[in-house]
Amino acid sequence: MDQTHKGDHEVDHVTGTATTGHEWDGIRELNTPLPRWWLNIFYATIIWSFGYWIVYPAWPLISTTTKGVIGYATRLDVETDLSALRAFRATQTQGLAEASLEQIKADPSLFRIAMAQGKAAFGDNCAACHGVGGAGSKGYPNLNDDDWLWGGSLAAIQTTLQHGIRVATDSETRVSPMPAFGRDGILKRDEINAVANHVRVLAGLPTEPKADLAKGRALFEQNCAACHGPAGKGNQEVGAPNLTDAITLYGMDMASLTETITNSRGGVMPAWGARLDATTIKALTVYVHSLGGGQ
Amino acid sequence: MNVAEADGLPLFAASKKVYPQSVSGPFRRAKWTILILCLGIYYLLPFLRWDRGAHLPNQAVLADIAHNRFYFFFIEIWPQEVYYFTGLLILAAFILFLMNAIAGRLWCGYLCPQTVWTDLFLAVERAFEGDRRERMKRDEAPWTTGTLLRKTGKHVVWLTIAWWTGGAWVLYFADAPTLVHQLATFTAPLSAYVWIAILTFTTYALAGVMREQVCKFMCPWPRIQAALTDDDALNVTYRYDRGEPRVSVKQAQRLRDQGAPAGDCIDCHQCVAVCPTGIDIRDGAQLDCIQCGLCIDACDNVMAKIGRPDRLIGYDTEDNVQRRLAGEKTIYRPIRARTLIYTTLIMLVGGAMLYQLATRRTAEISVLHDRAPLFVKLSDGSIRNAYAVRLLNKRPEARPFALTVAGIPGIRIEAIGAQATADLRPIVTVEADTSREVRVLVTVPPDAHLDASQSITFTASDLFVGEIVRAQDHFIAP
Ligand code: SF4
Ligand code: SF4
Repeated sequence: MDQTHKGDHEVDHVTGTATTGHEWDGIRELNTPLPRWWLNIFYATIIWSFGYWIVYPAWPLISTTTKGVIGYATRLDVETDLSALRAFRATQTQGLAEASLEQIKADPSLFRIAMAQGKAAFGDNCAACHGVGGAGSKGYPNLNDDDWLWGGSLAAIQTTLQHGIRVATDSETRVSPMPAFGRDGILKRDEINAVANHVRVLAGLPTEPKADLAKGRALFEQNCAACHGPAGKGNQEVGAPNLTDAITLYGMDMASLTETITNSRGGVMPAWGARLDATTIKALTVYVHSLGGGQ
Repeated sequence: MNVAEADGLPLFAASKKVYPQSVSGPFRRAKWTILILCLGIYYLLPFLRWDRGAHLPNQAVLADIAHNRFYFFFIEIWPQEVYYFTGLLILAAFILFLMNAIAGRLWCGYLCPQTVWTDLFLAVERAFEGDRRERMKRDEAPWTTGTLLRKTGKHVVWLTIAWWTGGAWVLYFADAPTLVHQLATFTAPLSAYVWIAILTFTTYALAGVMREQVCKFMCPWPRIQAALTDDDALNVTYRYDRGEPRVSVKQAQRLRDQGAPAGDCIDCHQCVAVCPTGIDIRDGAQLDCIQCGLCIDACDNVMAKIGRPDRLIGYDTEDNVQRRLAGEKTIYRPIRARTLIYTTLIMLVGGAMLYQLATRRTAEISVLHDRAPLFVKLSDGSIRNAYAVRLLNKRPEARPFALTVAGIPGIRIEAIGAQATADLRPIVTVEADTSREVRVLVTVPPDAHLDASQSITFTASDLFVGEIVRAQDHFIAP
C-alpha cells in the first residue's frame, strides 16, 4: 500500500493501514493487500492455464475444437472403454455362439453369461408384452409357469423366439388358426353358449343352470376336439391350449369364453430371428427356459 | 494486531530448532527395544508365510483389495465383516485410555509411529552430524564442505529409510516376494510406486523435518488425553519438593552442613538438553511433553554423579509432590474406578470379538424374493414363488450345499442349474472362497391353505462338514 493511496482514505490508527473508505454502521474495512504468496500462486495458475490450452482440447472453432498437442480427449477415453467392453463381450458371446443350448445350460460360466445377456435382452425386447420377469398378463403368456402353448423345451422356445407366432412374413412361424365360430357363422349364439359351458365342465368349473351340456359336448367334439383333444387337454403341435388346467390366457369366465369362441383370438409375437442375432436368441432361450417353466 | 501484540508481545514465535542430546539409561534402552521390535515387525511381517491351501494367498498378513479379502494369519475377513475392524478400533481406543489412566502418554513416549521413526531419524542425524553441541556449533558456523557432506549423507539415509517405509507399506497389499521382484524390475503397478512415493514423502517430512512439531501442533491426541487424564495418572514429573531450591553442588553441600534446606536440582539443564521436544520438565506438566522418559535417564545419570538418590524426575503425580511437601504420605492408586472400567470394557469388547471369531460361520445364505411376478400359478393349481438365493463359501475348498425349505406342508424346492438328489434336495456347489447365486423355485401344492404371505425358512447344509445356515423369507400367494 503506497503512501499516496494511503492518503486518500482515513488511516486506521491502531494498525496504520488505510481503510477502503467504505463504512457500514460505523464499521470500516482495512484495505489490506492480498498476501504476496497468495497472489503469486494466483498468477502462477494463470500462466499454468496456458499450458492447458496447448496440451488439451480447449478452443471451440466453427465446427470442431483445437485438439491439444497430446491428443487427449475424454470422448476418446469413452471410445476406448467401449471398444474394450465390446471386445470383452465378443469373447463371451463367442462362447455362447459355439455352444449348444444344452451345453450352455450345463456349463455354469456360460449359463451365467447367457442369463445376464438374456435378462438384458428380455428387458429390451420382451418385457413390453410379457412384463418384467415374464409375469405376463391377459393375452400375453406368463413365462414363469409350466403351461406352454408351443412347448417349453429349449428347442421349442428357441423356435418360437426365432420365428414368432402368426408372423405373416415368416414361413416357419407358429400358426394355429382357430376359427371365429360366431363371426364366420359356423356356430349360432346358443350353440356357442353350449360349447362354452362344456369347456367349463372340462375345466371342472360350475356351469350355467340352464346350459344344454349334451349339445355342448357334441358340438365340442365336432368342432374343437380335432385340435384341443376330446378331453380338452390341448396340443402343443398346433398351439392349442390345454383347457383343463388352472392356467388360462384369456379367461375362463362365460363372457371371455363366449368372446373367444365367437371371434377367436390369435395373439401375435414377432419373429425375433429377423431382429436379433443368433446368440441373443440363444441367451433369451436359456433365460426364458430358466424362469421356472422350462422342460 | 490485537491487544497482546500492541503491548509488544508477539503472538507468533518462530519455533526454535531442537537439538536433542543422546542419553543412556533404562528408559532409553526400553525405547530402543520397542523401536527394534516395532520396526522389525513392520518391515518384515509381509514376508511371513501362512499356508491357506491352493486357492488362497499364502501371505500371513495381506489386505487383498482386488479380491476384497483381508487375511490375518488364520483369520480371513470378507467385506461384510469389516465390523471386526470397528471392534479393533474400539479396542485400541480403550487400551489407549487405559494406558493414559495408568501412566499418562505411554503411547506418545514409546509406541507412537511418530515417536519411533523420529527416534530413528535422530539416531541417523547423530551418526552424521554428531551430538547436540556439535550440531549446534555446525549450524551456527558458516557452511563448509564437511557440513554439506554430512547433511547430504543424513538426508540420503533419511530418504532411504523413508523409502523402505513406503516400500514395506505396499507389501501388505500384494504378495510381498512377487511385488519386491516387480518393484526391482520396474514392472509393479503404478499405484505401488505412487504409494511408495507418498509414504516416502510423509515419513521424511514427519520424522525428519517436522518431528516434535507434529506432536505440538498437529496431533489431536495430546488435547484428547489432556481432557481424559485425572489426578491419579502417573506422569513424568519433576519432583520439585526434592529439587528446589536449585543450587550448585558445592553450595548444596554447604547448606546441608549448616542444616539448611538445599534442593537436589543443580540446574545443569541435562533434562532440557535430551528432551526431543526441547522443553523444560521442571516447568511442570505440559502439553508439549510426550513423556518419553529420557529426562529421567538424563537426570538419574547426573544424580549418580553427584551422589544423590535417583528419580528426581520420575513417574509420579502432582498430588503426591504436594503431599510430600505437606509432610503427608504419598498415595498411588493404579486400581481405581476408571482403570477398572476401562479394563472391563476392554475385556467385554475383546471377549465379544473373540466369541464372534470363534463362532463365525464359514458359510452364509441370503434370499431375495422375486419382484415380478410375486407368485405363479402352475397348471395343476400349485403356487410357486421364485427367489434368488446366494450362498457364500468362505472355506478354501469347493463345497456342496443341499437346499431345503420348510414352513408350509407339502412345500417343494428346486434350484435352476443344480443337480437334485434322490430325496429331491437340490445340491448347489459353491467354489472355494466365493459366492454363488442360484434361482430357486419353491412350490406349494394346490390343496394348501395359504395366507397372502407366510414365512418360510431356507436351509443350506454343507454335505461335507455339516455346517448349516438358514434364512427366512416370505411365500406369497394370491
Ligand atoms: S503427540 Fe501424537 S504424534 Fe506425538 S507422540 Fe503423541 S500420539 Fe504420537
Ligand atoms: S520433558 Fe522429559 S519426558 Fe517430556 S518429552 Fe521432554 S524428555 Fe521426554
